[in-house]
Amino acid sequence: MTQSLKDKLIILLLAALGAAFLVTFIAIEEQAEIFALLVFAGVLIIASAKLGLTDKISQSLSRNERLLNLSSIAAMLVVIFWFHEDHFPLLMIATVLLYVVACCGLNMQFGYTGVVNFAGAAFFGVGCYTAAVLGGTGTPLLLVIALGGVMAAIVGSILIIPVLRTRGHYAAVVTIAFGLLFRTFLEVNDTLGGPQGLPVSGMNLFGWDFNSNIQITENIEFSFYMNYVILALIMVILTFILMRRIERSWIGLNFDAVRLDETAAACYGINIKRWKILSFTLGNFLAGIAGALFAMMLGFIAPSNFAFSDSLILVSIVLLGGMGSIWGTILAAGLVVLLPEKLQVIQEYRFLLYAVVMILILLFRPQGVLPRNLRSYIPGWRG
Amino acid sequence: MEQQQETVLAFKGLTRRFGGVVALNEFDMELTNGQIVGLIGPNGSGKTTSFNVLTGIYEANGGSIEFLGQDITSWPAQKVYEAGVARTFQRSRLCLELSIFDNIMIGAHKRLNHGFMFNVFKRKALQQQIKENYDEARKLLTIFDPELADKMFEPVGSLRMIDRRRIEICRALISHPRLLLLDEPSAGMTHEETRELMDDILEVREMIDGLSIILVEHEMGMIERVTDKCIVLNFGQKICEGAYREVASNKLVQEAYLGGE
Ligand SMILES: Nc1ncnc2c1ncn2[C@@H]1O[C@H](COP(=O)(O)OP(=O)(O)O)[C@@H](O)[C@H]1O
Ligand SMILES: [Mg+2]
Repeated sequence: MTQSLKDKLIILLLAALGAAFLVTFIAIEEQAEIFALLVFAGVLIIASAKLGLTDKISQSLSRNERLLNLSSIAAMLVVIFWFHEDHFPLLMIATVLLYVVACCGLNMQFGYTGVVNFAGAAFFGVGCYTAAVLGGTGTPLLLVIALGGVMAAIVGSILIIPVLRTRGHYAAVVTIAFGLLFRTFLEVNDTLGGPQGLPVSGMNLFGWDFNSNIQITENIEFSFYMNYVILALIMVILTFILMRRIERSWIGLNFDAVRLDETAAACYGINIKRWKILSFTLGNFLAGIAGALFAMMLGFIAPSNFAFSDSLILVSIVLLGGMGSIWGTILAAGLVVLLPEKLQVIQEYRFLLYAVVMILILLFRPQGVLPRNLRSYIPGWRG
Repeated sequence: MEQQQETVLAFKGLTRRFGGVVALNEFDMELTNGQIVGLIGPNGSGKTTSFNVLTGIYEANGGSIEFLGQDITSWPAQKVYEAGVARTFQRSRLCLELSIFDNIMIGAHKRLNHGFMFNVFKRKALQQQIKENYDEARKLLTIFDPELADKMFEPVGSLRMIDRRRIEICRALISHPRLLLLDEPSAGMTHEETRELMDDILEVREMIDGLSIILVEHEMGMIERVTDKCIVLNFGQKICEGAYREVASNKLVQEAYLGGE
């Protein structure tokens, strides 16, 4: 068997395994079974790492990016269609996907350019409220999603001056303050529903109502969440493409140079402000579009959804997955969103557990669970 | 011949203070086209500071800097680079987690297309630009070390110090500067390695039209071999200027190096 055929088989096998794992994990309810499945997966991963398999696998993956991307999408579709009539699993999957979009935004800011943003939930929230306010006005809803992103980017521009002026911890404090202010603003603002929040009308695409179930045949009915999951998946795919293209371009290189050494970057003509503004704005845009669709899907939003702790969760997803790593963000978003939903133990001690995991990651694997690779501008090209 | 006499760089009364420390004190100097000037002096005499003020990292507290006929005294670092000044740092400042190619490309900033549309949507044109620049970077690096040129996509952090210095010099040279500032390029190298490095730099100088160099260096053999003239700083003040032989026999200079007051 040739190497390339082997690579391809490995990828297809992994995708099938991934889909099977996800379906099982989401479907089972019994706490003991969930534990057993997680332990099994953990042992499998550790064993293959010890056997040196993970290195080989990751080489196979990086040689066949296209196939990897396509089979991941296919695997996702299998999982989605498996649960086609189950509201709750679909809601969870869509939530994961939208977290991926928002966290890619934070990753663009923090992972690429080094701009910390502890107000991720606030920018997500700007998207949500944009959808709530525009929902009843007859604005085409794809446009509402885009406007959610644009609004988040505009609101973010308030923060640009302090973010450019401060560095490190100070920048973090500035964004934390902004996040708190945002929530207070929502709570006292009666036109935005005050502490009770606002209802959001659902998505309606060219007369296609997203909020009613889809009758396929007499016996098959799709949950209305299918609409949202599919749209969220499309958003993830587009976000992934944007992140990848930026990373593999001179813009990505400028971002890295700004993050790693501002002084040296300035001595080579790199305009620090320009690149920080671009990555901050794009990142907030991504958080905003994710928020807009999320609000339509939930149908109701309130200020309590956008607390500082929610921002912390977004940042912890980025750190857990690995700075600048897109696959890392996808994996981490899945873990952070799904685990507490499935395991009641975690539900209660959620934040304690996050804190412990974060500390462990920062101590023992600061590059994250799926570290970002060295930039290869053109896949497969090495000069 | 006239070209040869063109003034590339002129400091007039350049002064920089840090609190009570006068790091540069009324420093005058001139550099003409194609010249290599050695900037020497004991530790803390203001050599690095003069680079930092020239490249716009620090503001001058007094005096002026003229580069190719323009007053660049208060220009930001980016503009100074665009005008044709490239430098290395005394403590190597590469991006260790990026590849050799990435690091060299940072130096090529001014001739790359940084537009959003170009980078995100015109992928074919971008990839063309990447390949062209790859070829040039590789050619340049091959002059310094052919083996390094085979490792273009390896992280700089995995390389030896001496290789990192070579890459830092390539990062500076790829921009085809008019003025190259080298801050102790041979620190930590053996005599042989230092010699090789300087030969390589001289080789590249032939390829870049009218490249002038200011070299900060403790290795006097190297200064003697390559410089057209030397400037000696002590406590931020220029105490002597001239050909290496004159400077080396100057009494003030000997005292400064012996630490005499
Ligand atoms: N950023 C700074 N802050 C305070 N003092 C500085 C700074 N940079 C340089 N100095 C001081 O300026 C003087 C000259 O330093 P420097 O230019 O680094 O010397 P050299 O490169 O000749 O060894 C020293 O006394 C040094 O302590
Ligand atoms: Mg120095």
